[in-house]
Amino acid sequence: MSQYWRKNQVKIAPWLFLAPAFFVFALYVLNPIAQSVWISFHEWDGLGEKTFIGLANYEELFDDDQFWISLTNNVYWLVLYMLAPPIGLGIALFLNQNVPGIRLVKSLFFFPFVISQVVVGLIFAWFYDPHNGLMTVILGSVGMDPIAVLSDEDLVTYGIIAAGLWPQIAYCMILYLTGLNSLSPDQIEAARLDGAKGLRMLWHVVLPQLMPATFIAIVVTVIGALRSFDLVAIMTDGGPYGSSSVLAYFMYEQSMFNYRMGYGAAIATVLFLIMDVYIAFFLWRMIRAERG
Amino acid sequence: MFPRPIEKAPAARQIAYKAALPIALIAWLLPLIAVMLTSARSIEDLNKGNYWGLPEKWMLIENYSEIFRVTPMATYMLNSIIITLPTVVVSVAFATMAGFALAKYNIRFRILLFAIFVGGNFIPFQILMIPVRTLTIDLGFYDTPWALIVFHTAFQTGFCTLFMRNFIAALPNELIEAARVEGVSEWKIFRHIIVPLVRPALAALAVLIFTFVWNDYFWSLVLVQSDEVRPITAGLNALKGQWLASWQLISAGSIIAALPPVALFFLMQRHFIAGLTLGATKG
Repeated sequence: MSQYWRKNQVKIAPWLFLAPAFFVFALYVLNPIAQSVWISFHEWDGLGEKTFIGLANYEELFDDDQFWISLTNNVYWLVLYMLAPPIGLGIALFLNQNVPGIRLVKSLFFFPFVISQVVVGLIFAWFYDPHNGLMTVILGSVGMDPIAVLSDEDLVTYGIIAAGLWPQIAYCMILYLTGLNSLSPDQIEAARLDGAKGLRMLWHVVLPQLMPATFIAIVVTVIGALRSFDLVAIMTDGGPYGSSSVLAYFMYEQSMFNYRMGYGAAIATVLFLIMDVYIAFFLWRMIRAERG
Repeated sequence: MFPRPIEKAPAARQIAYKAALPIALIAWLLPLIAVMLTSARSIEDLNKGNYWGLPEKWMLIENYSEIFRVTPMATYMLNSIIITLPTVVVSVAFATMAGFALAKYNIRFRILLFAIFVGGNFIPFQILMIPVRTLTIDLGFYDTPWALIVFHTAFQTGFCTLFMRNFIAALPNELIEAARVEGVSEWKIFRHIIVPLVRPALAALAVLIFTFVWNDYFWSLVLVQSDEVRPITAGLNALKGQWLASWQLISAGSIIAALPPVALFFLMQRHFIAGLTLGATKG
């Protein structure tokens, strides 16, 4: 035994090293994905027997107005969240200087990302409060009537997205600040000697060097937009009348409050398939880089 | 350096820049500053509608001691600590071993295995929700701290493995090969060569995972339900329901909930940022 071990340990050891991580990940992540897809073909209240109903949940889903509202809102999230990388870059360019105290300023700008989305949601719900919220005060000071953003069906999603952008911009800013730090000074100087400056310099010399930061910024922003749940749950519970729901919240509502696990699993599967496009893209890029 | 250093600009622009910095900062953090001020307000202030000016009477100590006295804030806080610390330790430990295996051994399916850990990170939580909830109930963990500890550990292992594998892959092979020639066992190579070398990465990862788990809200809704086990995020939202008009208390609670990750971020800023870039850019 010990002889066998000595001879083969280089072959066996990596599998032992992998075992604990793989076991917990398989149990709590991989297997549940498969189970969720399986549950989506059933009618199930979470307690009793599951009844196989084939694709009926999906058929119902595509006829459900609430599904289309949630999906449309996810598209709004996705599109408007794409403002985070350019705004984050703008702030990073603004802060990328060497003046006294700038380190502290940079970290304070990053604050919104470190605090919980629950706190962000509470802060913004209060900001929008039509009676005493800061927005009402600001609007009042220029002679405008208060706007009840979170109870207005047309505005509510924009209001929540604005809250979400706050930490997301901070995240993108830090990615770009790190990227700006590792710019090649030679290239910048060479371009300066050639007379490049301002936006032309940014576009032709700086942005190409920031590609890795841009890539990560876009990936985390897309994932953040599609994962949006906390802010919706905290600020509106999907209301008024489901108008601010997103797929993640719609799924939670159907399974936890209406006990429709099969239907909820079908919504989750749709969201999962949408996200897979981005995950596949990320993995493809990563593996390509890996193979050099 | 880009943009051009401000020191080389005319004096007027330098002054304008230095004046713009604090203004921009205050505007950016305005909602947060308002919450901080409100956490020190008196009820009379709020009743009068003084939400955005300076508090007339500073009630800082009163409000913060009140929230610990009249609400289960202390329990929530303790629960968050009980859930977060073991998760950080175990997921980082598992991932260091897995990262080593994926980085330094030429095993079959290594790219596939790595891709699974990485991909698993980005999936929506909802695809896991029903089966994980059922599994948690079956294991007898539902509404106990174990429900969240075990789940978070398993889930965060994915991100940690991505991180550790990239860090370990960049370490030189010579040390490992030399040790192997000397007949050092694989476990000892891991324990005495790899672990000391990855220490900086361990710190980065630990801060990041602490923040992720501390700030989690979704799973604290799905896997626990009673005040005795609720972490601070879910607790805070429960308080919002009960103390609707007491904004000074909700604000104080929000500040308390935000404090540990913020403090950790300040203490370990460099590590934190290195972690967030997923190793894509050098920090």
